[in-house]
Amino acid sequence: MSIIIDKRTKVIVQGITGRDGSFHAEQMKKYGTHVVGGVTPGKGGQKINGIPIFNSMAEAVAATKANTSVIYVPPPFAIDAIYEAADAGIKLIVCITEGVPANDMMPVYHYLKHRGIRLIGPNCPGLISPGKSKVGIMPGTIVKNGPIGVVSRSGTLTYEAIWALTSAGLGQTTCIGIGGDQIIGTNFIDTLQMFEADSSTKAVVMIGEIGGSDEEEAAKFVKKHMTKPVVGFIAGRSAPPGKRMGHAGAIISGGSGTAEEKVKALNGAGIPVAASPTELPTLIKAALDAKKKKVVKGKSKTKDAAKKAKPKAKSKSKPKSKPKAKAKKTAAKPKKATKPGKTAKKKSK
Amino acid sequence: MKIHEYQAKEIFAAHGIPVPQGEVAENVADAVAIAEKYGRPVMVKSQVHVGGRGKAGGVQFAENVEAARVWAQKILGMDIKGLKVNKVLITEAVDIVTEAYVGIIIDRASKAPVIMVSAAGGIDIEEVAAKTPEKIHKLAVDPILGLKAYQARELASKLYRDIGLIRQAADIIMKLYKVFWAVDASLVEINPLITTPDGKVLAIDAKLNIDDNGLYRHKEIEAMRDLDAEEPSEVAAREGDLSFVKLSGNIGCIVNGAGLAMATMDLVKYYGGDPANFLDIGGSSNPQKVLTAMRIILSDSNVRAILINIFGGITRCDDVANGIVMAYEELKPEVPIVVRLTGTNEKEALKILKKVDLESGETLDQVVKKAIELSEKEYHQVGGAV
Repeated sequence: MSIIIDKRTKVIVQGITGRDGSFHAEQMKKYGTHVVGGVTPGKGGQKINGIPIFNSMAEAVAATKANTSVIYVPPPFAIDAIYEAADAGIKLIVCITEGVPANDMMPVYHYLKHRGIRLIGPNCPGLISPGKSKVGIMPGTIVKNGPIGVVSRSGTLTYEAIWALTSAGLGQTTCIGIGGDQIIGTNFIDTLQMFEADSSTKAVVMIGEIGGSDEEEAAKFVKKHMTKPVVGFIAGRSAPPGKRMGHAGAIISGGSGTAEEKVKALNGAGIPVAASPTELPTLIKAALDAKKKKVVKGKSKTKDAAKKAKPKAKSKSKPKSKPKAKAKKTAAKPKKATKPGKTAKKKSK
Repeated sequence: MKIHEYQAKEIFAAHGIPVPQGEVAENVADAVAIAEKYGRPVMVKSQVHVGGRGKAGGVQFAENVEAARVWAQKILGMDIKGLKVNKVLITEAVDIVTEAYVGIIIDRASKAPVIMVSAAGGIDIEEVAAKTPEKIHKLAVDPILGLKAYQARELASKLYRDIGLIRQAADIIMKLYKVFWAVDASLVEINPLITTPDGKVLAIDAKLNIDDNGLYRHKEIEAMRDLDAEEPSEVAAREGDLSFVKLSGNIGCIVNGAGLAMATMDLVKYYGGDPANFLDIGGSSNPQKVLTAMRIILSDSNVRAILINIFGGITRCDDVANGIVMAYEELKPEVPIVVRLTGTNEKEALKILKKVDLESGETLDQVVKKAIELSEKEYHQVGGAV
């Protein structure tokens, strides 16, 4: 399985006639994503690469029943595009655009939150569930279906990590770039929660960088709530303070948000941190092996926890029409994935 | 983007925030003329983009015109934390009864502007936050609803007891919140906000950082940019649409993507080298950008080797390779160059690169180690010749 996007994802491309929009609409379509339409005001009724163009999101959603939008419009228009998608009834908005003013993003964040709409980005590469769907700009050639969830604040660094995993035979359930800006719609904790609930995901790679304290918060979350192993990487260990390192959010300000603090927080939560992205597969394999051993040792204790984990996974990510055999398989999976030691700890608290 | 105190005060004044009158001078004669015009004691304040100006001796009180001349002479040209002072602000000196702090930041956790006030102003607020956090009062403002007058009053009442002072401070906080939105600020700060013996509340310092992403709609602020206060190579990079930060090492780095650029620098350091810069050529693979990047890096005389690391997604490796060849022909670099191009159109890229003499590798770790090795070799040769 996967998180957030899958075969049922139906995408409208906002800004489909632009240079990036048209190129990536085609790439997504080639990958197998259901790209059901695009929006460029004034070009409604035309087609581009066989994809129908609409004048507005409202029109596009009414005609196609799309549930997702991906935004490639330039920064001055990106905020409006997000509001338009939200008001048209879209439930998942992926904003690729880099350069959106942070002050504009603050009201957007709260507006969407109140309405239960998920935003990924801005300033992100989007996401991909290998073999199912790709929304954004990640190259489809480097991913492979498998058991690892990947979440990152970066773009090409994520590709580097994914490629290292794929080359080592470790495929992915879903890879998400959450964006390099200060104010982003979806953070590490949101995605970790979903990976924890997704029965196919066996371990998670989390790629952070300097600036803010999202990694520290995520570390606390992992320690408290995750049964699946998480392995990390933090970019910016050699970055000087007070300088914006490309990403708007990658800045050490007032002495906080350093890589050192983040690595410390992750290690403190039992998350091994790779020195190089190429080290990630080794760490993941080691974490999975360690986990297997623990599960074998504590087998008798896992039943309870597995029962608890089961309904969660079911309600969140399983389609109703799933064949029986498969349902059995997924039901059995959380047993393996539940760490008996941790559950016991939680209970005693 | 940072702007100077005098520029921030101009913006404050335009929004009705009371500030003492003042003017900026770039030479001693102008500074003296301003002090003469005011005909009363003044402050001579260095205008540099760094905190701790006072502690460094860059802010001085001048009782009379002669003292203003002496201080302007001393401060202009002074070095404060590596930055040369090119401008001084001559501003009326005022008598201070109390010093408070008012600031607004973008808070990443609450996704809202957070207003911070403290009666312990006049000193480094980060120090107050670290040692006595209870002295700082915070309010996260709902960015959709905006700041309400009663909220500003409540914050102001953390600073003063006198209702007259509270009203003035609340008014200043409301106006500061307007400034924050009006100029796309990422930080706006009054430290200190003072009271005078005759019961006035006044902003005698001003700090304003602007979100670079908001600059496209503030031409008036872009025009305030002080190019003399910035690293020349960073100015050149910005003009070439590259994301660049100069560092002190000797291995020049050219990478696509900010995260990967940081990770590449980190690995250089991890394997014992020292990066000369952060450089992200961005998502587009325009060969011209590679040429500009090479030119900027080669202008740094510390650089002993260049490491190019490209993970092609949207960026096409063959385009980057063409840029490298262009740079070789035009710039004739003498330092060794190590290249790793992987991803989109990688094979075509390798063919193109055969035209020039450079080292290449397949993995990130490989090329980083290679670049370090070559930088040391080159370094010893140069050292040996001396």
